[in-house]
Amino acid sequence: MSAFEPESVPTLKPMFRFQWEPAQDCHVLLYPEGMVRLSGSAGEILKRVDGERSVSAIIAELKAAFAGADLDADVIAFLEQARENGWITV
Amino acid sequence: MAGSLSDISGKPLWLLAELTYRCPLQCPYCSNPLDIARYQQELGTEDWLRVLREARELGAMQLGFSGGEPLVRRDLETLVAEARRLGYYSNLITSGVGMDAERVARFKEAGLDHIQISFQASDEELNNFLGGTASFRHKLEMARAVKAQGYPMVLNIVLHRRNIDQIEDIIRMTIELEADYVELASTQYYGWSRVNVDALLPTRAQLARAEAIAHDYQARMKDRMKIIYVVPDYFENRPKACMNGWGAVFLTIAPDGSALPCHAASSLPGLSFPNVRDHSVREIWYESDAFNHFRGFDWMPEPCRSCPEKTRDFGGCRCQAYMLTGDATATDPVCDKSPHHGALLADVARIESLSDADAAARPLVFRNMRNSRALAAGDEPSPSPANT
Ligand code: SF4
Ligand code: SF4
Repeated sequence: MSAFEPESVPTLKPMFRFQWEPAQDCHVLLYPEGMVRLSGSAGEILKRVDGERSVSAIIAELKAAFAGADLDADVIAFLEQARENGWITV
Repeated sequence: MAGSLSDISGKPLWLLAELTYRCPLQCPYCSNPLDIARYQQELGTEDWLRVLREARELGAMQLGFSGGEPLVRRDLETLVAEARRLGYYSNLITSGVGMDAERVARFKEAGLDHIQISFQASDEELNNFLGGTASFRHKLEMARAVKAQGYPMVLNIVLHRRNIDQIEDIIRMTIELEADYVELASTQYYGWSRVNVDALLPTRAQLARAEAIAHDYQARMKDRMKIIYVVPDYFENRPKACMNGWGAVFLTIAPDGSALPCHAASSLPGLSFPNVRDHSVREIWYESDAFNHFRGFDWMPEPCRSCPEKTRDFGGCRCQAYMLTGDATATDPVCDKSPHHGALLADVARIESLSDADAAARPLVFRNMRNSRALAAGDEPSPSPANT
């Protein structure tokens, strides 16, 4: 499996719906007959996976939102996991 | 007993709306109750819309439109649109009979998320025989229409003694139809399938072969299609975690509005299931005796009560326990710690010893209203499908 290029653009697969669930107080991924509750950071990342933002743009935005935290490696690791799970294409 | 609001954190995440028990097919393994003919008084559109709203307020996210055949309901488009508006992920669980490409497109427009079509077999003759209806070609056409509309598609094939040897052809068919998920679901023996268990239960040799083929294709298709293969639990030593626990995440509403913790629960004696015509979904979920009855662990007798595995399987299935032991609180006999496990094994061995010729010659009781009435009256059911 190849590493991400900074300019590559992740997209949520059409099979999945990503939304905020007030009753769960978290973001969720919904798919045929199943669901995944997302952690706060996973939700923040997936919120920005819209088929337009590149990996580097997503990281830059998150850094701006979370006061410059050093989160490159975490974001990449999550996106790799999301691709492995079949949630996104890159 | 459990019962107060504060000690129950579980929400009804999964709402199964059984819109009707009418169905143009007559599968002899149907998991609907035997007394489908009793459910003539179906909920109207307004009641269903209210149920959808109330369950969503309680946290329901996944919604299954099921039955019977949900396509029989002409108000399905209305319900789908409301489901989308409320933020459900909605699943249509169908035989494919009762829609055409236009209706598939209308559902898409209304916001339906996913369609699951069932096939009875991969060859036309067997498919049509098992369904009691010439539906095979239409199913193929509908599977193509579903993909053409861009839905994720699940194909579901219930496996049993009569079709399990075709598993490779079945998988090939699902690949050709470009399914996203394939459920190769062994029959579980409730409702109609229990009546037909002698004809439907596969042999161990059949299962071993089918499992190997399924695993082979799972590996080969890994990136394109997800294949789910389910073994019949009669061949296991631990029961399934039925419904993830009673009243834990699943809420089924039957066609007449009665609320059930699982779609087979109406077979249990001594429980009165509340109806959404008389109670709000909130009252039903949190306060009704039926939903609290087997919630948690306090109701369990031994060996489950002191068993460390109870948090994993919840003592198995209440309906199966009742069906096989006559006691709804008993340990599910699938568990090898159950005193009834030996009797279940003996029964499986008895069925296994029926020769293939015997099994094939066994009359199948098809699932239809005529047979439902006959069984209720204690009459012989008819071994041939009803004319539809
Ligand atoms: S299993 Fe067959 S008979 Fe039962 S509801 Fe489904 S299509 Fe109809
Ligand atoms: S004894 Fe009961 S809780 Fe323990 S494994 Fe068997 S069914 Fe599960």
